[in-house]
Amino acid sequence: MLRLIQLELQKLWLNKASRVLIIISFILPFTVLILSSIKINFFGFFTLELGELGIFNFPIIWHITTFFAAQFKFFFAIVVVSMIGNEYSNKTLKQNLIDGLSKKEFILSKFYTIVFFSLCATLLIGLATFLIGLYYSSYTEASIIFREVEFLLAYFVKLVGFFSLCLFLGMLLKRSAFALGFLFLLFITESITYGLMKWKLNETVADGIYNFMPLQSMWNLINQPIQRIVMTKFPEKADIMYDYAVHWYEIAIVLGWTAIFIFLSYRLLKKRDL
Amino acid sequence: MEPILTINNLTKKFGHLTAVKNLSFTINKGNVYGILGPNGSGKSTTLGIVLNVVNKTQGDFHWFDGNTTTHNALKQVGAIIERPNFYPYMTAEQNLKLVCKIKGVEHSKIDEKLEVVGLLDRKNHKFRTYSLGMKQRLAIASALLNDPEILILDEPTNGLDPQGIHQIRQIIKEIAAKGTTILLASHLLDEVEKVCSHVVVLRKGEKLYSGRVDEMINSHGFFELKAEKHQELIAILESHPNIGNVTVEDELITAFLNEPMSASDFNKLMFEKGIFLSHLVKRKESLEEQFLQLTDH
Repeated sequence: MLRLIQLELQKLWLNKASRVLIIISFILPFTVLILSSIKINFFGFFTLELGELGIFNFPIIWHITTFFAAQFKFFFAIVVVSMIGNEYSNKTLKQNLIDGLSKKEFILSKFYTIVFFSLCATLLIGLATFLIGLYYSSYTEASIIFREVEFLLAYFVKLVGFFSLCLFLGMLLKRSAFALGFLFLLFITESITYGLMKWKLNETVADGIYNFMPLQSMWNLINQPIQRIVMTKFPEKADIMYDYAVHWYEIAIVLGWTAIFIFLSYRLLKKRDL
Repeated sequence: MEPILTINNLTKKFGHLTAVKNLSFTINKGNVYGILGPNGSGKSTTLGIVLNVVNKTQGDFHWFDGNTTTHNALKQVGAIIERPNFYPYMTAEQNLKLVCKIKGVEHSKIDEKLEVVGLLDRKNHKFRTYSLGMKQRLAIASALLNDPEILILDEPTNGLDPQGIHQIRQIIKEIAAKGTTILLASHLLDEVEKVCSHVVVLRKGEKLYSGRVDEMINSHGFFELKAEKHQELIAILESHPNIGNVTVEDELITAFLNEPMSASDFNKLMFEKGIFLSHLVKRKESLEEQFLQLTDH
């Protein structure tokens, strides 16, 4: 396993474009996180300090940081798609197989790399959130700090699921640009299908099916936290209540999709004549 | 003899097109084999199948004694196919390190093999800056990294300039001299003739011949003759039992042998008949002539 990860990391790290993208995808979420945590003074008129809003309080901070950090996953998605696209366009996939890598090992080396990257991203976000939280949060008892730490797990699963989808699209279409285009198309298709179902069927059924669709199921893992922030400010407004928790079945659905995408990628490669 | 690769009734169909039809042959240790055939005769497809990148439709093949999986066997095989495929943004050394990791070979082999193909001084240059000839030599170095039991080369001199072709052939000969089994696919006949001891001839996916190069056509060769007494010579040749076909082109007479006969015996015979030859050469058909006969063009 270590050998397969090393193999893939060498391929990625020595490529300037993917190296830059990897660095960006790690650094950008932190920059935003740190920027938002500092006090911004608007020429003495007023100061904007997001920390004062209570968003850096435990446990809500886990929800907020993982949600916003997840929006930066697109940078690494480009890396994932191009690491397949390049293997096809350089014909190095064929050469790797001839050199003695099995098709299974090839897919696994990509998948392990995805898991490895997601793990690093999760650990870093976890650490950063913990430190920022300790600094700003009004509550620092361990029981409160580690409540809702499951958002980190959701973040990890979300990344692995999303990148597995990218891996599959890359294998399917062989070209990075097509794969990214198709990803966008999938997003639109899911929304349109949802709209149609809501119109033709009833809303509960539509919601039920929608929650099983690949992109929506990943989105469901970490619901948007804006409404929750509003809720903490106006606890009396009961009509904006919503379910933002991480549920085991949400994780199960995404893990299911991950397994399907990886298996399909393998099947595709196995059937293909290179 | 120790078999390295055995192919049994292998068939590959691409839709309606049959690229390889019921092909069987065996590669034994220590020989230099050529797979010969016009473009599109199924050479690369056959190699693709045994190298695990093309899926077979029917039949089977096994490496070595048949007890190793193809995946493990390929770690003892070195192969290059048509175009050298490497990561353009990596240097030669980095590319070879990657191959070492795939094959499970020590990094110390890299310099040794780069030396063999004469690229040691360019090892820190990026692959994309290489000329085609250098890329092809790097591919050979990469294929040699694991000191393979067999080296498979598919059209190794395709697209190279004469110097490049010469360099590659020189390297192949040196490797063959060390006793490595080589399988060389080519449509260039002189290439196969110069390096190979055995040959498999394919046409439209079917095997036409497999065996030693010099036994490819069961012939005893022919004489090329010239003499002052032109007509008398032809008359004698046509009546001689050992000689079959006689063709005449201007002054040059070509007489094909039915039975073995040495040039000196023939010369002696002519002398006894009072004919003095001004030109006598005994030849065998070149591989090109044999190949064209086999593939009837």
